[in-house]
Amino acid sequence: MSDSKAENLFGLAAEFDTPEAVLHAALRIHGAGYRRADAFSPMPVEGLPEALGFPRTGVPLIVGIGGLCGACGGFFMLWFANVVNYTWNIGGRPPNSWEAFIPITFELAVLCAALSAVIGMLALNKLPMPYHPMFNLPAFDRASRDRFFIVIESADAQFDSEQTRKFLETLLPIAVTEVPR
Amino acid sequence: MSNATLEMTDRREYPVLEPGQTYASVTDQIGDVVLRRTPGRLWWFGVVFTMGLVTLLIAAVSYLIVRGVGIWGIDIPVAWGFAIVNFVWWVGIGHAGTFISAMLLLMRQDWRTSINRFAEAMTLFAVACAGMFPLLHLGRIWRFWYIVPYPNVMWLWPQFRSPLVWDVFAVSTYLTVSLIYWYVGLLPDLATMRDKAKSRIVKLIYATMAMGWRGSAMHWQRYQSAYLLLGGLAAPLVISVHSVVGMDFAGAQIPGWHSTILPPYFVAGAIFSGFAMVLTLGIPMRWAFGLKDMITLRHIDNCAKFLLITGLIVDYSYGMEMFMGWYSGDTYESFITLNRAIGPYAWSFWLIMFTNVVTTQFLWIRKVRQNVPLMFVIAFIIQVGMWTERFVIVVISLHRDFVPSSWGMYYPTFWDYATLAGTIGFFLFCFFLFARLIPVISISEMRELVHSTGGGKHVPKSFSPSYVK
Repeated sequence: MSDSKAENLFGLAAEFDTPEAVLHAALRIHGAGYRRADAFSPMPVEGLPEALGFPRTGVPLIVGIGGLCGACGGFFMLWFANVVNYTWNIGGRPPNSWEAFIPITFELAVLCAALSAVIGMLALNKLPMPYHPMFNLPAFDRASRDRFFIVIESADAQFDSEQTRKFLETLLPIAVTEVPR
Repeated sequence: MSNATLEMTDRREYPVLEPGQTYASVTDQIGDVVLRRTPGRLWWFGVVFTMGLVTLLIAAVSYLIVRGVGIWGIDIPVAWGFAIVNFVWWVGIGHAGTFISAMLLLMRQDWRTSINRFAEAMTLFAVACAGMFPLLHLGRIWRFWYIVPYPNVMWLWPQFRSPLVWDVFAVSTYLTVSLIYWYVGLLPDLATMRDKAKSRIVKLIYATMAMGWRGSAMHWQRYQSAYLLLGGLAAPLVISVHSVVGMDFAGAQIPGWHSTILPPYFVAGAIFSGFAMVLTLGIPMRWAFGLKDMITLRHIDNCAKFLLITGLIVDYSYGMEMFMGWYSGDTYESFITLNRAIGPYAWSFWLIMFTNVVTTQFLWIRKVRQNVPLMFVIAFIIQVGMWTERFVIVVISLHRDFVPSSWGMYYPTFWDYATLAGTIGFFLFCFFLFARLIPVISISEMRELVHSTGGGKHVPKSFSPSYVK
């Protein structure tokens, strides 16, 4: 295999038509020692990220931090406004009447947590990403319809275009296709 | 599976998804509504008619800005007229969407899948309509930023102990969270639309909105985590928003308002009217777009059951208000209870007794719940009833409070009706556009449903419609 071809190759993609088949393939691929593999499916497939050896997602932590910041920031705003900056006597309540501050604190906590969930998810997924080599695959239109793809990237240490193709064919896919970069 | 089928047969329940659907067929059936079908005459008529109402709304709002709130029928003592009635009504309608998509997601109710997308869209448009009214009600719309906290040059802050200020946070948070929750749910479907579209410009628009979504396993994992967390965050919002609206009233001293029952009563009423709107929009939509395989009788039946449950809570609250009118021993409380039933606005009280109490009881009967045209009529009656209920709460309580010398009457003007009709037009106009531009049912979740109900590529022979005897 010439170097220029290897540089132009993103990986080898195998196409399946059921989530069970792609899950099975993912387990075999990970078991064979491939570490730079990814799967693409029109819907979430249970167990697929684990089968490919992906780590647990960091989204919950981001949401937790976002929610805490929202709650603390919200309460600080209310406390600062009513106790420090502009003390306002409403019906003889103490300036720091925290009970009345709860609804706004709660709303701001939820708001910040929700925003960090979305922004965190998109950032971890590196979206928006207008270009990705997978879109070069002609059949990839069906990855958002009824087909399930799995790709072994050429960057994988074990990748060898002949051996890897043979290995993928043992998984009984519909097709194995080269994905240009 | 066999146990589940047996159970379904026993209870004679309809399936969530008609059998025989595959990943490709659900994708095409939903996607083609947007991409292939040419809009029918009915759709054009709807768009043009509702655009007319939007024009009316623009005229009413422009006139309001020029002349002030004096063009409305509000006066002292009834200073909260249609604007607040409409606000509460619209926010209430906006509750079912997030309830369906968040609460039912957490409860793992698979029937939510085919109705959550349009219910959430409905929520967004309803909350947008609701959000207009407090601003219009200010009279001086350009001063609305007085209620937004920011460090201004005068170092003035809003009165943070007031439920009216809580409302600003509750409604705007609800709108923002509903919007991003809806968009996240939409992301995989926008990618599907991008891949299905033939025209280059349409492809480009969907591709931009899909942000390069490609369905990677790692992406799905984070996506599902974020979606579930958003559901968990949105669920308490459903409760909090209308509770705060209830506290707007409960915080005042007016008889009929000053009561602790208001927050839960408002939440139940909100979900009640929201589910009624889901049926009002869903029934014509499933007929017009041929989606009867996906929005089945099961959905209509389940929505009707929710109407029954929340309707009964509302009925209980009516009963409790009457009981407290007597039991409190308070002159003004007992007067307001009587004044509702036999005062000058008695018609509105008896109307809600008919719409929200009597009509609801028909939903005990399965034949009624599964009769589609009848459910459309009942849902419509409930909409009218819930609007009238807010009229009863706002106007009857205000028009005769403590001192007879300050009693008065409220007569809505043309501009009151024009603004209400205008927002209904705006709501429906947005919905008509939504139905043509965005898949009305979540396609990726339908594929999951195809998988979990045993469909997909190979339909097992044992999977037959359970309701066929």
